Amino acid sequence: MRWLSEPLLAVDHLSMRFGGLVAVNDLSFTVGRGDITALIGPNGAGKTTVFNCITGFYKPTSGRLALAHGGTPDESAVALLTRSDKRRTHGASPELFLLERMADHAIAAEARVARTFQNIRLFPGMTVLENLIVAQHKTLMAASDFSLGGLLGLAKHRAAERKALELAKAWLEVVGLIDRADDPAGDLPYGAQRRLEIARAMCTNPVLLCLDEPAAGLNNRESAELTRLLRGIRQQTGVSILLIEHDMSVVMDISDHVIVIEYGVKIADGTANDVKCDPKVIAAYLGVDDEDVARATAGRAGP
Amino acid sequence: MDYFVQQLINGLTLGSIYGLIAIGYTMVYGIIGMVNFAHGDVFMLAAFIALILFLLLTQLLGIGSLGLALLIVLVLGMALTSLWGWVIERLAYRPLRGSFRLAPMISAIGMSIFLSNFVQVVQGPNNKTLEPILSNVINLPIGNGSATLAEKQLLIMVVTAVLLGVLWYVVRHTPLGRAQRACEQDRKMASLLGVDVDRTISITFIMGAALASVAGLLWMTYYGVVSFSDGFVPGVKAFTAAVLGGIGSLPGAVLGGLLIGLIETFWSAYFTIDYKDVAAFSILAIVLIFLPSGLLGRPDVEKV
Repeated sequence: MRWLSEPLLAVDHLSMRFGGLVAVNDLSFTVGRGDITALIGPNGAGKTTVFNCITGFYKPTSGRLALAHGGTPDESAVALLTRSDKRRTHGASPELFLLERMADHAIAAEARVARTFQNIRLFPGMTVLENLIVAQHKTLMAASDFSLGGLLGLAKHRAAERKALELAKAWLEVVGLIDRADDPAGDLPYGAQRRLEIARAMCTNPVLLCLDEPAAGLNNRESAELTRLLRGIRQQTGVSILLIEHDMSVVMDISDHVIVIEYGVKIADGTANDVKCDPKVIAAYLGVDDEDVARATAGRAGP
Repeated sequence: MDYFVQQLINGLTLGSIYGLIAIGYTMVYGIIGMVNFAHGDVFMLAAFIALILFLLLTQLLGIGSLGLALLIVLVLGMALTSLWGWVIERLAYRPLRGSFRLAPMISAIGMSIFLSNFVQVVQGPNNKTLEPILSNVINLPIGNGSATLAEKQLLIMVVTAVLLGVLWYVVRHTPLGRAQRACEQDRKMASLLGVDVDRTISITFIMGAALASVAGLLWMTYYGVVSFSDGFVPGVKAFTAAVLGGIGSLPGAVLGGLLIGLIETFWSAYFTIDYKDVAAFSILAIVLIFLPSGLLGRPDVEKV
């Protein structure tokens, strides 16, 4: 129940409208620190829209997305920050970020939220290793004094470059792609590209890793591998993972916390087991008359 | 045979200059998918800057050493032209990023006209000339005859080769180059990974302008004459070179430049000089019809 006791991200009354279409409607949930949280729901439920709001691709119509580094997004502190016109606190502990006020690249760089996409977005013409080194661009650029140092081969830059290379290689070991380090990323098989994308996201040193359907297009064996990989990453780095997934075996297997949405509204929130037995969830997935759901929930909730 | 070798030398010299300009076209196209039509005029402007600096240094300040003067012109000229490149991108292209595709291109054409008119107004419409420099020749005996390699031709080829080596290293092995290649492939993703896309694009324009500045200086040294309208034809030829090599590809730009230089020179030497531009531009048409992605360009295959 870390999402209640130790949240990292608090999504508060989030709504997203596109013209007349309400994609996400007054959605609230929290993501626990160190948890693997799954966001599930039928097609068109608004899962990716929620992701796009968290990662700054969309500016939410209304609502608040508060992320904390080294602590929890404490209610009063968040309220204080919301009243100011700032998008983040500086130097405070915990450090707070209001994601709805930040641009996507700032969310990635400052709030340290990394994401992968439903359709793979590697740099196909660069090598596997270079893909991971680009992800460390900010540190490298600072160390190389904007490439002048790199040109002159300064010691400081070479040290930074070596460190970046080490980190990249360590992640290649983790995802089992060290043998393909010098191949163009676009030549890898599909499953390997997915793993590389996760490794690249991890090279940015995120506190929250958002994965949009990481198991899409993978076969059973690859899905099982992915599950192992995600567990390993969480254990090694303590990163919190938020994922959208349709593959229920993956979701039920690795999630500490499952949030179910339908038509942009949350219909269930709890552990994998809680959610699995929830009649509203079953109805949403299998399609049951509203009356049946009403009857079932009424029966469960008691008088 | 000696005639052939002579033309080869002349062609490679001219081709080197085209190649340097073509890199500016190809890099900018690679990163923002836009043909920077003002690039030829940046080259022309750079030739003027080189001329003015050279005259200032040798006539006014009386620097006797030709090598030193050229070196100072090279460095100062690169700095000044880079500044122009940066300002042009800032004023004419960046505000239009995210607008419809044709907008920056129209803006580039406008910028091109502005630059050539600006130079026409401030420098006058007449050709500006420079006393021939570095004209000593090295005789290369070939068979019964001989070909000549002028010092300036050697300078042009050496400078081009060195610059290409430096550029290749920067693009392949520095964080800046990696950022450029990343932006080329997926700008959004690059920005999510912490690459400052706007700055990377600015630097790309600056690098293109710096190379055009070297090309301008070399042009000035080679021909000893420049006019406000000189941005157009060499610019379009360099663009043709970039397309021939495969736009977006660095080695392609150089290869294309050399080929265009050679084609033009050999055409003038063996057929008629009147049609040398026709020959060069026919290549553009033929390449676009039969090999739209150029010699070294990657074909744009869309997976369905």
